[in-house]
Amino acid sequence: MANTKEVRKQIASIKSTQKITSAMEMVAASKMKKTQDTMLEGRPYSLKIKDVISHVALANSEYPHPFYEERTPKKACFIVVSSDKGLCGGLNINLFKQVIAKSAELNEQGIESCFALIGTKAAGFFKSVGGQVIAVAEKLGDKPNPDDLIGLTKVVLDMHKNGDIDQAYLCSNGFVNTMTQQPNVEQLIPLTPEEKEESLPTQWDYIYEPEAKELLDGLLTRYIESLVYQAVIENNACEQAAKMIAMKNATDNAGDLIKELELLYNNVRQAAITQELSEIVGGAAAV
Amino acid sequence: MSTIKINIVSSSEEIYSGEATMVYATGTLGELGIAPGHTPLLTGLAAGPVRVQNGSEEEAFFCSGGFLEVQPDLVTVLSDTAERAESLDESEAIKAKEAAEQELANKDASLDYAKASAQLAEAVARLKTIQKLRKNQ
Repeated sequence: MANTKEVRKQIASIKSTQKITSAMEMVAASKMKKTQDTMLEGRPYSLKIKDVISHVALANSEYPHPFYEERTPKKACFIVVSSDKGLCGGLNINLFKQVIAKSAELNEQGIESCFALIGTKAAGFFKSVGGQVIAVAEKLGDKPNPDDLIGLTKVVLDMHKNGDIDQAYLCSNGFVNTMTQQPNVEQLIPLTPEEKEESLPTQWDYIYEPEAKELLDGLLTRYIESLVYQAVIENNACEQAAKMIAMKNATDNAGDLIKELELLYNNVRQAAITQELSEIVGGAAAV
Repeated sequence: MSTIKINIVSSSEEIYSGEATMVYATGTLGELGIAPGHTPLLTGLAAGPVRVQNGSEEEAFFCSGGFLEVQPDLVTVLSDTAERAESLDESEAIKAKEAAEQELANKDASLDYAKASAQLAEAVARLKTIQKLRKNQ
């Protein structure tokens, strides 16, 4: 049977771990509020640009943009958004599982995959799994700047322009609520225009100032960038929420462990006392 | 009086949303005036003011570039960064302009020429917005 000193030591070490996890839980809770605010602030822009893009898709443009063009797919690119830090439960792994499943599905259709990775965790994971990585953006922090993502997006869009890739998927966690995060794999390119509304006249086009090509290139690039940015800040909110839950569970589990160990400690202590007593009684009887 | 819906958003926040009788903006090809019922238009925005007129009231915003979409009943400004004109500070703008000019003059250093001239253009546009606003008051 274990001796009291050992059990005491174990309890002390679990208690200090519990202190750390509960502190991390509180940090995550306060950061979660901030990241959620950032996520909500970014929404109006992404909604408005989506509106504009859907109008553009309805217009009979003189210049059909390559992002709308359906090519026979040979290669697809996955933009995977993950967190920079761990200790957030199954958040990243659940997403990676979906990405791998989708990639395997495409592989069966004879479509190769390559990856553009955002976040240290994705970079580490896809390095160990193996797979063609075309771009990485790491350490964006809690308040990512849209500028930090432009490079990565440009690499993907350039590859699409050159015909190196025919499809692009955006993989990230969607924020449902604090308890639930939903891993999503969405098709980015080719863009799928939404259903045409009946009420709008079908024969019209914009006046473009300056050229349609230049403008649409810029606008659609900005649209893709805004989608990626929105995915990153949403993923951030998910990370903090998941971290808070994970740390809360860890703190609760540590509490349970401590309770069990305290019971064991008392048992051990009592057994030791009983043994000592019986030894004394035995000794007295012998005399 | 007929009005047109106007939304101004930047990537980090919603700046303005409301009705207007007239909207003025600085397009890449020059100044635009948009009245309700305007034909669909898509244009780039240059750094400069966006003014929203509703009857006799007028509000001004500074926009450092982006896109403008016009539908007959709706104007959407997708700005890279936008600020309410009241929050613009003239001394700050002048400082930014001087700094940009200095960087441009200092060509031999390993500086990004395109970036510096973009900064200069933005600072000048900021100043213009402020001055225009002053005149109207």
